[in-house]
Amino acid sequence: MVRVAADLQLDRTTYESLYRTMVLIRKFEEMVQDLFERGHVHGTTHLYSGQEAVAVGVASVLGPQDRVAATYRGHGHALALGVPPQQLLDEMLGRKTGICGGRAGSMNVIDLEHRLIGCFGIVGGSIAAATGAGLALKGTGNVAVAYFGDGTTNHGYFFECLNFAKVLELPVVYVCENNLYGEFTPWEDVTAGRIEARPEAFELPVQRADGNDLFAVRDAAARALDHARSGNGPAFLEVMTYRYVGHSRSDPGKYRKPGELDAWRKRDPLLIGRQALRERYDASDEDVDRIVESARVELVAAREAGLAAPFPEPGPVDEFKPA
Amino acid sequence: MLMSTTTVEIEFRTAIRDALAEELERDSRVIFFGEDVAKAGGVFAVTKGLYERFPDRVFDTPISELAITGAAFGAAVCGKRPVIEIMFGDFLGLSLDSLVNQAAKYWYFTQGQTSAPLVVRSAVGAGGRFGAIHSQMPISWFFGVPGLKIVCPATPADAKGLLKAAIRDDNPVLFFEHKKLYSLKGPVHDEVIPLGQAAIVRPGRDLTMVTAMKGVHDCLAAAERLAERGIEAEIVDLRTLKPLDRVTILASLRKTNRLMVVEEGPRTGGWAGEVMAIFVEEGLDDLDDAWRLCTPDHPIPYSPALEDAFLPGADAIVRSVLDRPSFAHTA
Ligand SMILES: Cc1ncc(C[n+]2csc(CCOP(=O)(O)OP(=O)(O)O)c2C)c(N)n1
Ligand SMILES: [Mg+2]
Repeated sequence: MVRVAADLQLDRTTYESLYRTMVLIRKFEEMVQDLFERGHVHGTTHLYSGQEAVAVGVASVLGPQDRVAATYRGHGHALALGVPPQQLLDEMLGRKTGICGGRAGSMNVIDLEHRLIGCFGIVGGSIAAATGAGLALKGTGNVAVAYFGDGTTNHGYFFECLNFAKVLELPVVYVCENNLYGEFTPWEDVTAGRIEARPEAFELPVQRADGNDLFAVRDAAARALDHARSGNGPAFLEVMTYRYVGHSRSDPGKYRKPGELDAWRKRDPLLIGRQALRERYDASDEDVDRIVESARVELVAAREAGLAAPFPEPGPVDEFKPA
Repeated sequence: MLMSTTTVEIEFRTAIRDALAEELERDSRVIFFGEDVAKAGGVFAVTKGLYERFPDRVFDTPISELAITGAAFGAAVCGKRPVIEIMFGDFLGLSLDSLVNQAAKYWYFTQGQTSAPLVVRSAVGAGGRFGAIHSQMPISWFFGVPGLKIVCPATPADAKGLLKAAIRDDNPVLFFEHKKLYSLKGPVHDEVIPLGQAAIVRPGRDLTMVTAMKGVHDCLAAAERLAERGIEAEIVDLRTLKPLDRVTILASLRKTNRLMVVEEGPRTGGWAGEVMAIFVEEGLDDLDDAWRLCTPDHPIPYSPALEDAFLPGADAIVRSVLDRPSFAHTA
């Protein structure tokens, strides 16, 4: 059992704000889904509902100069890093005020100001980008984090980059969010052996953690980051979690095993978070409800402003950055 | 050609599924694999039911494009006829090496002893708001590689007939499926359609429009509107980009003397430039005007406001024709 290190103990205000971010992510995703169904968000979306404790737990121990590479399922990572919900939403809505001016869309969000070097639409792309970020950050005391899923551990990028990072002792933390499925396929159907045996073979320190418990994620992430930050090379984290909604917009989730979703719902990161607020911090139900309400109110305003925001105007675009 | 055309209309995706099923049935060397293609039936619901019918020869793979494509190549040169699905054409960057450096060169290296008879099916094209990394038209990545055939159907009948031909072909074939066509319905027939033959899908005397895939439908819509102004466009659906049917397009040019190429894909390095080069080299005497309508040389935007303006749809085609000096008087 992982023990909470002393310096990781959170004061109530800090924990409340982390809990609020988890709530914000869940509600943001629900809003995106609703706006998608109403035809305001287009193409496809890959929602993060159910996995919130991972992004928020890891982000809570990142330094101001660390860098993060996430995936097409990246709304949660972006929000956890502090990307303003308004700008993120406006991007989904295809508005000029979006974080990428409406050019990128849900799968390709970039916000350098908030340490997010990208959300990558190609499976494995986040691993490669974070490995390169680690190359740039080596010796600075800063660390690069790669998020990716269970399915991505079968990709060429995964094997090449982990080996590369270890050989060059790069400050990278690889965070595998095992949500049991890659698209519609159970991870064990397409994965030989255990996932953690792979980084072990490359001699990366490996931790497994409960991805629905913010404290567990935070603790493991802090250790992994510390390892990488101290110049010991890359570290690996496998967090077990579950996504509540389909892989993307057109997935009814028929592959789920009977009872599986309900079982995970009982271990909802928001439930665990609420319980922690009550038990560890003596918060009342009303206290928690107030936090939830404040996130809701923020998003109601964002939704209204987003739908009123202007669309970008088509015009000539420079193919290259000018000299 | 005698064709038993059914009156029932089926979707483009069903036509592809039927072609796969019929070829799996006909030839036990055919195998089909890719990500989520078997049990789930494909993310575009193209391959539903194939796994149930051919459980030994249709299977799901890990998310491993290098392995999928490399294995298709190795199996092809050892007697199988692999068909693989690379979910989105944008992911073909990962498949490039096996296709370009292995499959495409095998026939040449073995001095004609063995080829690599494989088919890569892949969903391509924009208009679905999928953003710059799920909307590309990767044809120009492959167009200049000797030894690769490239097939680009526009209708259910062509999708079926051309896929059957691609699977029977002894060479590596890229078979591109435009996402916006999957739900298009049309009649189909049982003929195998030979690769490398273009089709005149609309006769006309004033202008030849050369195009492929979704562009065929955009050109047809534009041609109706141009006809109201007295401009009769002849539309050539290339159907196969490699090999390219020079005979059909040059014959059309002799009739109309004006050429417009409509390509969904970046202007620089696209196949439209190649078509125009053929006209210049072999049809200059017949040429009064020639131009192309492609997509701008920048990544595909997500926002509907930007993506619609980016694509060469029917409006843009009409405008582009009316902008030419030879048609300006009708504008
Ligand atoms: C190279 C590549 N292949 C395939 C895809 C299509 N695709 C998108 S997400 C996904 C599943 C990834 O599963 P996993 O790594 O477990 O992440 P999760 O979506 O569960 O978060 C696939 C196959 C892609 N985007 N890129
Ligand atoms: Mg997964």
